[in-house]
Amino acid sequence: MERREAQWGFLFISPWIIGLAVFYAFPIVASLLLTFFDASLTGAERNFTFIGLDNWIRFFNDPMAWKALGVTVRFTLLVLPVGIFVPLAVALVLNSKALVAPGLFRVLWFLPYVIPFVAGIIGWLGVIGQNGPLNTLIELFGVQDAPLWTNDPGLIYPALVLMGIWGIGSAIVVYLSGLGGVPTELYEAAMVDGAGWWASLRHITLPMITPVIFYNLILGVAGSLQYFLVPQVLNGGNGSPEGSTLFFNIYLFKSFFTYQDPSYGATLAWVLFLITLGLSLILFGTQKRWVYYAGGDR
Amino acid sequence: MSAAQELSAEAIVAERTESRRRISARRRILVTLAVATLTFLFFAPLFNLAATSVKDPDQVYAAGAPLYPARPKQVEVDGKDRPVVLVPQADGTFMEMVLVKPGRQESVLADPTDVSKTIVWQGSWRTLENAWEFSATLNNYGEVWRLLDYPRLLMNTILIAVIGTIGTVVSCVLVAYGFARLRFPGRGKLFQVMVATIFIPGTVTLIPTYMLFLNLGWVNTWLPLLVPTFLANAFDVFLIRQYMMTIPREHDEAAQIEGAGPWQILRDVIIPQSWPVIIAVTVFHFVYSWNDYFGPLIYLSTKPELQTLGIGLSRFSDQYNARVGFPEAATIMTLAIPVVLFILFQRYFVRGVVVTGVDK
Repeated sequence: MERREAQWGFLFISPWIIGLAVFYAFPIVASLLLTFFDASLTGAERNFTFIGLDNWIRFFNDPMAWKALGVTVRFTLLVLPVGIFVPLAVALVLNSKALVAPGLFRVLWFLPYVIPFVAGIIGWLGVIGQNGPLNTLIELFGVQDAPLWTNDPGLIYPALVLMGIWGIGSAIVVYLSGLGGVPTELYEAAMVDGAGWWASLRHITLPMITPVIFYNLILGVAGSLQYFLVPQVLNGGNGSPEGSTLFFNIYLFKSFFTYQDPSYGATLAWVLFLITLGLSLILFGTQKRWVYYAGGDR
Repeated sequence: MSAAQELSAEAIVAERTESRRRISARRRILVTLAVATLTFLFFAPLFNLAATSVKDPDQVYAAGAPLYPARPKQVEVDGKDRPVVLVPQADGTFMEMVLVKPGRQESVLADPTDVSKTIVWQGSWRTLENAWEFSATLNNYGEVWRLLDYPRLLMNTILIAVIGTIGTVVSCVLVAYGFARLRFPGRGKLFQVMVATIFIPGTVTLIPTYMLFLNLGWVNTWLPLLVPTFLANAFDVFLIRQYMMTIPREHDEAAQIEGAGPWQILRDVIIPQSWPVIIAVTVFHFVYSWNDYFGPLIYLSTKPELQTLGIGLSRFSDQYNARVGFPEAATIMTLAIPVVLFILFQRYFVRGVVVTGVDK
C-alpha cells in the first residue's frame, strides 16, 4: 500500500522532476563547466578546449565588464529605494480609512501590472518625449529647452525608473496584505498612549511589516541586478547615452549572442549569480537587526 | 486605581474616535482627491496613448493644438470651408469668429452662428489662432492592423499563450497533487528544492539551455516556449499545492474507502474544490505568456512569421516612430486583451499575488 502510494507520488511529480533535471540541474552544472572551457556555439566549427581559469582572469581584466557592473550597481542603488518605498507609500494611502472606494483604487493601481512592458515603455516615452505632455508642462513654467530625458546621461535613470513604474502593482498588493495583517489592537493601544499618525506609522506599522519590506528588498536586489529588458528594447542594448545603459546583463547577452562566446557569457552569468547570492546572504544576515517576525524567531 | 485609569483610558478612546469621526468628512475628501490625482498621473501614459492613437497626424505638429484629439474648426461660407479663429476681446477673453477674408492689415470676420453678419477686423490674420473642435479618427488602427501583420501576430500570441497555459495548468496540478496528498520518501526535501529553484536567476541557466535547444534544432520554432510549460514550474505548483493543503483530508478518505485510487480522488474530489486556484493560475500564466518578451526575443528572432505581439510591437514602433499615431495604436492593440482579461478576472489575480507573493 505505502509502496504503491510512493510510486503514484513519484509518477505525479515526475513532470517537475524531468524539468528540474533538464532546465535546472543540467544547465547549472553545464554553465559552471563552461566557464573553464573555450567553447564555440554552433556545429560547424565545434570546439571545446579546457582553459582552466582563463575566462575568470579575463573577467577581472575586462574594463567593459567592470564598467557594466558599475552601471548596474549605480542603477540598483537608485531603483531600490523607489521600488521599495513608492509601493509602500501607495499601499499606506490605499489602506487609509479616509479613502473613499478603496477597492476601486486598489484594482486601478494593480491594473498596469498586466500591461506588456513594451507597451509601458512606449506609453511613458510618449509622456516624457520631446513633444510630450511633460515637456509641454515644463515649458509652461518658462524653461526654454525642455530636456530630452533618454538622451541625457543624468536623466536616463529616472526615465528608466518611470518606464518600469507600471510594474509596482504586485509589490503594492503584497504590502497591502501585510498591512491588513497588523492587529488593530496595537493601534488602539497606541491611541490610548496618545500616539498620532506619524508615531503609529513609525512605531507600529513599519516594524510590523518589516518582513514584507525585507521580502521586497530581496526580490528587488535580484531583479535590478538582472535588469535587461527595458534597456534592450529602448536602444537595442547599444548603451546610449554615453554608455549609461550598458548594464551587466546587456553585456552578458552581447558576449553570448553577438560575439558568440558562450563560455565567457557563462562566466559573466556566474559572476552575477555569485554577487546576487552574496548580497542576499548579507541581507539575510542583517535580518536579525531590523526584521520583526510576530510569530517568533525564524 | 486601575479602575479609574481604565475609565479615563476608555474616555480618551471614545473622545478620539469621536474627533476622528468629526474631521473625517473633510479628510475623506482630501485623501480621496489626492489619491484620485495620483491615480490619474499613474495612468497618464495610457490616456496619452489613446489620445495620440486617434489623432490626425497634422494635429501633432500644429502649433497651439490641444492635447485631446481635435481638428481645426471650420465653417462653410458661400460653399467654401473657412477657418474659425479666436479673436482677442478687450476683456482678455477670446471669441470664435469665421475668417471669411484674410488680410494683412484688416480681415473680414463673420459670426459662426450667422455668417451673413460680418465685421471688418483690424490687424493681421496671421496673429489669430485657430479654434479646434474634438475629432477622432480610427484610420491609424486600420493601417496598423495591416502594416503590423496584426492578425498573424495576434494568432501566434494567442496560440502560444493557450498551449502554454494548458501545459502549465495540467502539469502543475499533477505535481501539486503529488506534493499535497501522496506520501513518498524525500517529499519534504524535494519540495524545499523546488521552492529554492524560484531564487535561481535565469541568466545562470540561459546559455546551456539555449545551446540545448539549438542542438535539438528547436531554435526558430515555438518548442522552446511550449515544451517547458508541460514540465511544471515552481511558482504555480507552490500556489496550487498551498491551496490543496486547505482541502480537508476526510473528503479523500471517504473516496478512498469507496475504493477510489489517486486518479479518481484528484478528478472527483480535489479538482472540483480547487477551481479558484486553477482559474488564478490560468489567467496568471496566460497574461505572463502574453507579456513574455525574452523567450520570443531569443528563440524567434529571425522568424517574423512566428513572432508574438510584444516583439512585433517593439520592431514596429522602431520602424514607424516618425509616423505619430502608429506606434500608439499598435500599443493599444497589444495591451487591450490583457487589460480586458484583468478586469474580468481581477479577484483571482489579486488573490494569486497575495498567496505566491511573487511576480513571475
